[in-house]
Amino acid sequence: MVPSFYYLVLSAILFGLGVVGFVFKRNIITIFMAIELMLNAVNLAFVTFSRHLGQLNGQVFVFFVIVVAAAEAAVGLAIIILIAKHRQSLNVERVDLLKL
Amino acid sequence: MNAELIVFVVLAGIAVLGAVSLIVQRHPIRSALSLIVVMVALAGLYLLQGAELVAAIQIIVYAGAIMVLFVFVIMLLNAGEEERTNLSRVARYVGLPLAFFLMLQLAYWIGRGAPGHAAPAAPETTKGLSQMLFTTFVLPFELTSILILVAILGAVVLAKRES
Repeated sequence: MVPSFYYLVLSAILFGLGVVGFVFKRNIITIFMAIELMLNAVNLAFVTFSRHLGQLNGQVFVFFVIVVAAAEAAVGLAIIILIAKHRQSLNVERVDLLKL
Repeated sequence: MNAELIVFVVLAGIAVLGAVSLIVQRHPIRSALSLIVVMVALAGLYLLQGAELVAAIQIIVYAGAIMVLFVFVIMLLNAGEEERTNLSRVARYVGLPLAFFLMLQLAYWIGRGAPGHAAPAAPETTKGLSQMLFTTFVLPFELTSILILVAILGAVVLAKRES
């Protein structure tokens, strides 16, 4: 059996890479994908703790995270389409006004 | 080195490589494909941990539905190469080491949360999961349906505003 520690370190690495992508990328869609990567890393930690503690609560929470991610993707991508239509650009540095 | 550890190392390597590729690629469609690779590798890791239902849902909902939505939007907007912006000096010499430091700290502190050996895996994961979902967690379960309804309404309203 692979120790839980390995899974948790992998989860931390993926989360860190998600943070790096979120901070350093310029394309708004890629930033959104970095957020999804972070959510996936958290899901991995949930499943690992669920196995480690012998309880299923963690896996239930993974469900809710996935549902929230789906809702977030639907609304977020609609917002991205609106921004792209108004600004003619996907670069976040061009989106510096809250007004559409 | 047993077989399970080898499978773990291979899947973990694929996941980390995919995540790095997501950041390094300049074209959003390539980033999206890298993210799909990460998600499939994570589904394999869930299977390895005995979470079959979560693995199936990861493939169906995440790699299937959500990423199709992403790819669809990228193609709809005809997103091209990312504009090359010069990383400021502060970002390069302070930000990247700090991000690495954050990664190490996360790995250290979260790894401390799992001392000793894992409990034996619960049998009939899927059955137990379904029972919990409809008994203990029935209120959050119903609330997520409202959340999805609100998300649908929000997406429709945002898309309709154009005219």
